[in-house]
Amino acid sequence: MAEETILLTEIKNGVGIITLNRPDKLNSFTDELTFRLQDALKEMEKSKDVKAIVITGAGRGFCAGQDLQSRSISHEEGVRPSLGDSIRRRYNPIITKIRRMEKPIIAAVNGVAAGAGASLAFACDYRIVAEGVSFIQSFTKVGLVPDSGATFLLPRLIGATRAFDLMLSADKLEAKEALELGAINKIVAADALMKEATELAEKLAKGPTKAFALTKRAVNRSMFCDLEELLEYEAQLQEIAGRSDDFAEGVKAFVEKRTPAYTGK
Amino acid sequence: MMTLTYKNILTSTEDQIGIVTLNRPTVLNALSHELMDELVKALEEFDRDDNIRVIILTGSERAFAAGADIKEMSDETTISIMNKDRFATWDRVRCTKKPIIAAVSGFALGGGCELVMTCDMIVASETAQFGQPEINIGVIPGAGGTQRLTRVVGKHKAMEIILTGRTITAHEAHAMGLVNRVAPVELYLDEAKALAKEIAKKSPVAVKLAKEAILKAFDGSLVEGLEFERKNFYMLFSSEDQKEGMRAFLEKRQATFTGR
Repeated sequence: MAEETILLTEIKNGVGIITLNRPDKLNSFTDELTFRLQDALKEMEKSKDVKAIVITGAGRGFCAGQDLQSRSISHEEGVRPSLGDSIRRRYNPIITKIRRMEKPIIAAVNGVAAGAGASLAFACDYRIVAEGVSFIQSFTKVGLVPDSGATFLLPRLIGATRAFDLMLSADKLEAKEALELGAINKIVAADALMKEATELAEKLAKGPTKAFALTKRAVNRSMFCDLEELLEYEAQLQEIAGRSDDFAEGVKAFVEKRTPAYTGK
Repeated sequence: MMTLTYKNILTSTEDQIGIVTLNRPTVLNALSHELMDELVKALEEFDRDDNIRVIILTGSERAFAAGADIKEMSDETTISIMNKDRFATWDRVRCTKKPIIAAVSGFALGGGCELVMTCDMIVASETAQFGQPEINIGVIPGAGGTQRLTRVVGKHKAMEIILTGRTITAHEAHAMGLVNRVAPVELYLDEAKALAKEIAKKSPVAVKLAKEAILKAFDGSLVEGLEFERKNFYMLFSSEDQKEGMRAFLEKRQATFTGR
């Protein structure tokens, strides 16, 4: 698929819609896609025509997180990538922008949200979720640490007990349970998802947007004051995890579709 | 009061507060020679005006001042820049007797940050960014940055800020003691005015002598500073404000200060 179309944006009725558009790869993040998403968020923050934002994915996934194919390439070449730098440059600016931008942002979660894709949804202000969708903290499956704010956001959304369990097990958090835990706003039929999300966004766009902006600022101060500090800490920890044998083995096993043999090193 | 007209700044008064607003919006208030000349004239005018007790120095929401005017400087040589003696103007900012509150939003970088630190108190908006990025263009701070920043935040932080050229946020600056108060961007100027009004209620003689003594703490030894402070303390006992202030205290009423 052509690079130009991996992310689509549309502005209509005061609402900016951002669509991750690598449907054949469950919209997983390449370098290019993360930078395109950063740019789109910046533009929508600046645009006076955008009063609320919807982020969604094309096809059957919302976002599967980091594209592991691009990781396995560097491993095959014997290089251990600096994940800390990658996170600082690519993911953390997205999460910071979503939280600090004083416009409401709705994640319209159309399909699986895994790894940094789940973090992306958790960072938004609203999560409207299609029936049957699940969130996966898939990081530890390949020997990594949850990142892109996951260790900050998920415990605040559902409590540390269940969050820690999900992070270590890498089990699916089904939409139904997510709703019971208060992690998402609503479950809707898949074919009604975008209608619901845009209706909510259009309603917000017509509201007292300055008051909404100030409310987001206050909630940020109340809940997300030290977000940047934790994002940096996650990047440091991911740098350590990225150098481990377990991560190299995890990616290799993933590509070879077999169970990894971890050593804890 | 004679009112001068300026090209690069705006001046206004509110109660007993004189407000100077840096106003070169197209260049993020870059501090040109001409702007600095005008600024010093405005400060001196307010300093002489008996109706003014506190001065606020501010810029725009987007920028307090993004730095010196690099265009003016890029072709200078050691001799030419020495002969122009641009910092002589800056030294006159320091000589202002009345307290100056910097109300800072957006960029306060390089010369902008140094100008802020030349003021006596700093109220910042949450969006303010401070920094000394001179190192990135192959020079160092030249208007007091290495001295004032070091005295405020200490050697190690000053080294990091000046040697990396990195900017720091309002909250970081607050934690370091560089900034007095942080307020939302919609309110930082109001916050500066509230602080100014509180100080404007005090005896202007005492305020001036206190400012002079505090600044003395920056030059010279502790012993000299203590002696200087004591001399200023004794001197206040020849003012009417001292008599009024102490009498009002004993009589349990609000003092009315006249500046005599």
